[in-house]
Parts: sequence; structure tokens; C-alpha cells
Amino acid sequence: MKARVILLSFVCLLSIQYTKAQENNAPQGQLRGNFQLLWQQYTEDSTIGAVVPPPKTALNAFGNFTYTYGKFTGGVRFESYLDAIQGYSVGARYKGTGIGNRYAQYKTDLLDITVGNFYEQFGSGLALRTYWEPNLGIDNALDGARVVLTPFAGATLKAIYGHQRLAFDSRIVNSESIVRGADAEFNINDIVGAIKTANRDTSSGFESSKLKVILGGSYVSKYEQGGILEVDSLLLAFPQNVGLMSGRANVYYGPFSIYLEYAHKVNDPSKDNGYIYNKGEAFFANASFSKKGFGINAAAKMIDNLSFRSNRDLSLFDVPINFNPALTKQHTYNLAATLYPYATPLAGEVSYMAEVFYTIKKGTALGGEYGTNITVNYAAANSPDVTPLEGRESLINGYRRNSLGFGDDKYVRDFNVEIKKKLSKKLSLAATYYYLEFNTLITPVTNDFKGLLFADIQVLEVNYKVDSKNNFHIELQAMQTEQDKGDWATALVEYTYSPHWNFAIINQYNYGNSKEDKRIMYLFGTVGYINGPTRISVGYGKRREGVFCIGGVCRAVPATNGFELSITSTF
Amino acid sequence: MKKFFALLALALSISIANAQVAKLPSVQLKDMEGNTVDTGKLNNDGKPIIISFWATWCSPCKKELNNYAELYDKWQKETGVKIIAVSIDDQRSVTRVAPYVNSVSWDYQVLLDSNKQFALALGVNNVPHTFLVDGKGNIVWQHNNYSEGDEEELYEELLKIK
Repeated sequence: MKARVILLSFVCLLSIQYTKAQENNAPQGQLRGNFQLLWQQYTEDSTIGAVVPPPKTALNAFGNFTYTYGKFTGGVRFESYLDAIQGYSVGARYKGTGIGNRYAQYKTDLLDITVGNFYEQFGSGLALRTYWEPNLGIDNALDGARVVLTPFAGATLKAIYGHQRLAFDSRIVNSESIVRGADAEFNINDIVGAIKTANRDTSSGFESSKLKVILGGSYVSKYEQGGILEVDSLLLAFPQNVGLMSGRANVYYGPFSIYLEYAHKVNDPSKDNGYIYNKGEAFFANASFSKKGFGINAAAKMIDNLSFRSNRDLSLFDVPINFNPALTKQHTYNLAATLYPYATPLAGEVSYMAEVFYTIKKGTALGGEYGTNITVNYAAANSPDVTPLEGRESLINGYRRNSLGFGDDKYVRDFNVEIKKKLSKKLSLAATYYYLEFNTLITPVTNDFKGLLFADIQVLEVNYKVDSKNNFHIELQAMQTEQDKGDWATALVEYTYSPHWNFAIINQYNYGNSKEDKRIMYLFGTVGYINGPTRISVGYGKRREGVFCIGGVCRAVPATNGFELSITSTF
Repeated sequence: MKKFFALLALALSISIANAQVAKLPSVQLKDMEGNTVDTGKLNNDGKPIIISFWATWCSPCKKELNNYAELYDKWQKETGVKIIAVSIDDQRSVTRVAPYVNSVSWDYQVLLDSNKQFALALGVNNVPHTFLVDGKGNIVWQHNNYSEGDEEELYEELLKIK
């Protein structure tokens, strides 16, 4: 018996040792990834002016593979455009099949180093934002190296160096310019805590204060080979090294939070600003208050000449280094989102916005059985307050900015109210109203009207859950305007058979167009199958020309007619 | 002899049960109070975690998380699950996350992934995308869409792993 006990204990000890050895020496390898495929077929359709490219079909596809082994991660992405779908490859930036992204990363609690392609954002993105938005055709990844250091709690130091991705032509095509930058962020409360811990000071102080302060700063610089700019009788040299620096502060106090940022860019004559030598400046302030059932958010922004690209002569989606989003609310309903979406102009703007979120409690007369949600939002943007310069000065410096206030040109006014209410276990409603003033000269989303456009939009959304398996989702939208293409109406009916099947039909009708032959119905239907992370959908019909936006970056989509197949999956 | 083998089997099974814990990818994200959170260190003491990617502009995402909010108490009592709502709102809309979340009174841990780094690492293409992670860090179920009634499937999966 004794022998057996000893033997058994020995076996137990051995197995525990074996397990510990596994934990210490052999990390587990893990493969993750995703893929997405979008295929479109194009048919002639003169009524909508449909675009039909010579191959009559188009395919966008990609597959990501990420392998993690302990502290190491490696990733590769294959991309394929045969040809890119209509509206996607502005300037023919997407062609062929090959590797579009590859990197290797080593990450510990102290050090995180990546070589190859990487995406990074400094603070709010005003100095640097490289990101990937495949639905929009944005990929300005940096190809080089990135180091992130966390020397002690509360301090994060980043440094980046690389070439920006400009295009894809069966392989990554990078800009020749060099982008380099550094960012430091300090969480003051955590740093005080770390110092106290190091000094074995157990007293309570700022580290546990209700007031939280985070300070940060960035410096990003690009090197692009220069040259001579001939303006009138002047010969001006292009600056080869252009730097942008920014400072930010985040303050949290209970239900309040404030964010402030200032950015400054040295002279950077480029196509975006008409090749002038003005410096660029931006101020941004945001304040919010939120508690249970109520939230309020307000922001103000002044952007003057802060477009920052790897190549001074390029425009649109090509190699932007930073990110300048608009303050207007991102709309999702078809008529509000795809006809007149506002985006911050490259030259700059002065804008502000305020928004209130309120939930009327359940059980009250107005709130009903489940409560009612109300959201009110208002945003306004104008040109910056500038005075054009005269004579020779105007050739070099274009204009002079007078103040932080509104300039003379109205860019957008966007007022919207949304009310959401669940009426019963089966029925819920959402009603939204928009009032829009939109300057189509500044944001050229249409060729049919150049000037200030006024529009009213109403949306009613109904969700009816018949039972646990059958669900109907209906949207009715209407827009009235006397400018551009006139009035529109959209109806969407979607039926879901939980958990796998989905059927939808959408019809957009330009019934108010002043030209009778343009009063067209754009009918499009889809059938979708979903199983876990895999989504397959087939669609057919007319696609309206419009603007497709994500995060304030917009891509114009031409009118087309035909079949569409989309497959997406994650593993 | 039988006793010996039974005890041996027990010893070995204890060692196997303590074998490798799968890890979520490690990305530094901020929560709504500015604190930095390492996604690789997310844990719920061996109980399940639901990670749901959403955005303030994504209507089905908000519907999904508002529906889970009504069931959260019940799910927590039965399984101890923790829901982590990861917002992919970028700078355009990230400032409306906290006011929105508080106005609808969510009790979830909310993380801000404004450059989609965590989403990229997990292979998320579109939102809503929801993952169910078991007590050992393995992703046992995921779903890329939301329609009324889908929460029943998630509940069934939760019961399987509690």
C-alpha cells in the first residue's frame, strides 16, 4: 500500500511538472483569419445611365491569415481585383492578385515591435491615422517599422517609420516619400500611482482621484523629394521635410469628460491647398456629460489647411497621412446617407455640433411599458474666416485667417430628431426627421445642382416579430427638396427566418424629378444565408448612383444594373 | 489495483485539465474612462465572456445589445457570463459612445477600438459580430449579423459551456 501511494504521488508530481513545463516552454500556436468576396455583374440600362465595363463582371476579394505563437504574431493578406468593382478603384489603384499586406510582430508587456505593414492612430488621428476600410477602398498602411514602449504604468511611447501604401498592382505599391513620427501619452493618475508604488508609499493621493488626466503629444514628419514651383515670375522651392505636431488633453471627472487638441503643420504647398505656403492649424474641443438615462455631447472644431499627404501632387483617397472627420452625425438610412453626405473639405472648415440622448423611463405615461429613446442632434459648418490676399502675396500665401469663427460660406446645417419606442413584445417603431442645408459646390456630390440645397427627410422604421423564428423589418423614407433631382421615396421590406435566412427588397423612387424621363424606380432584391460567422448573399437589380460613406470618407458609386454575390467568413 | 488505476487516471486528468489556455489577441484599447485595457488579459474567472463588436451608427448592433441588456441579469445568474461591448466607432463618432451607452443604461464593459485593431486581429469584417468565449479563452461560437430572435441561439450556446 505504501509503495502504491509513493508511486502514485510520484506520477502526480511528474504530471504536474510536465504540465508546468508545457506552460513555460511551449506556447500554443493559433491561426485566425477572415475572407471576403464581392462579385458584380453589369447589364446595359440606359434609363439609369448604367456603367458597363468591358469585362461585364468585376471581383473584389481578400483573405487574411494571422498566426500567433506565444509573443510572436505574423500576418499576411492576399488581395484580388479582377477587375475592381465599379466605383472602387478611383485612379486605377487596385489591380491584379497578390500579397497586399505582410508583417511580423513581437509583443511583451514592455515592448511591442512590428516590421512590415502596420496600422496606427496617434490620439484622435489629426496627426496620423493609417487604417484599412475594404468596403470603401481605403488602405494607407505604413510599410516599415513600429515600436511601442510601455516603460511604466501610465506611459505609452510610440515611434513609426515607413512608406505609405499608394496602390495595389498584384503587389503592394508604396509612395516613395518617407513618413516618420513619434507619439507619447501619459495617464497622470497611473504615473503617480507607479511612482508611489516604487517608493513604497501607500498613502492615497492623485492616483485614486475622481479627476483623471491624460496628456499626449505627437510629431509626424514626411520627406518628399522637392523641386521648384513656378508661380508667375517667382521660383519657389518645395519644402522637402514637412512636419505636423499636435498636443492633446483628456480630462474625466465623474459623469463629465473633456477633450482638447491643437495641431500645427508647417508650410506644405500641395494640390489640396492650391500650392500655397500657409501653415496649417486645427483646434478641436469636445465635452460630454452622461449619467443613467441621459447623455449630452458637444464639439467645436476649426480646421485650416491641415490636409497632410505623402505625395503633394495627389488627391482624393491617395496616401493621406492624417484623418479629418466631419462633426455631422453619420446617417444610416438610405436617403439621408447616400444622397447628400457631408465631409470636411480639404481646405478646412469651422464647425460645431451638439447632441442629446434621453431615455424616457419605462412605466411612465410617455415612456410606455419599455421606455422611449429620444436623440436630438444639430451640426453646422461654415468656411473658415479668411480674407484672400492681393497681388504677389496671394501667390505665396493665398489668404489670411482672421479668427476662429465662421466664415461667409455656409457648408452644411444638419438637424435631426429620432424617437424609438418598443410598443409590445412583438412591435417596435423608430421615427426620424431630418432638416438639411447642403452646399453642393463645396461637397460635389451631384452635377445637377450647384449651390445651397434645402431638404426635409422623414423615416419610419417598423420591426414586427411574428414569433421566435419569423421577423419583419420595414422602412419607409421620403425626402422633399426643390433643388437637384427633386423628391425621393424609399421603401425597404426585410423578412428574416431565424437564424439562417434573410430576404430583402428595396425600392428607391425619384418621383419628384423635374425631368420626367428621370423619374426612375431603382428596385433591388437580396437573399441571404447566415451560419455563424459565414454570410452569403445574392442580389439583383438596379443600384442607384450615390455616395457611400464610412466614418466621413466617401466614395462615389455609379449607377449599375445586374447580379451581385457576396461571401464573407471568419475563422 | 483498480483503486490505483482510478487514482492515476484522476491525477492525469487533473494535469490535462490544466493544459494550455488559448488566448485572445493582445491589443491595447481604452475604456470609456480613459483606462487602458489589454485585450489579451481579458478574463472572467473561468466563466464565459461574450465579446460583441458594435458601433453607434450600426442599428442592428444597438438592437442586439439592447436586447441582451434585457436578458443580462438572467444570463448572469445562470452562467456568470460577462458581456464586453467593443465599439469600432472611429474619431467621427467615438465621442458619442459614452453619452449613448449611459442613456440606454448598459451594464457592460465598453471598450473603444477606434482604429479597428482588435477587430482586425479577430478577423471581424463587418458589425455586428459577436463571439462567445469559454472559460479557457477559446472562441466556441461566433455570429456575423443580428436579427430579432438571434439571442435565443446565443443563449443555447451559453448553456452548453457554462
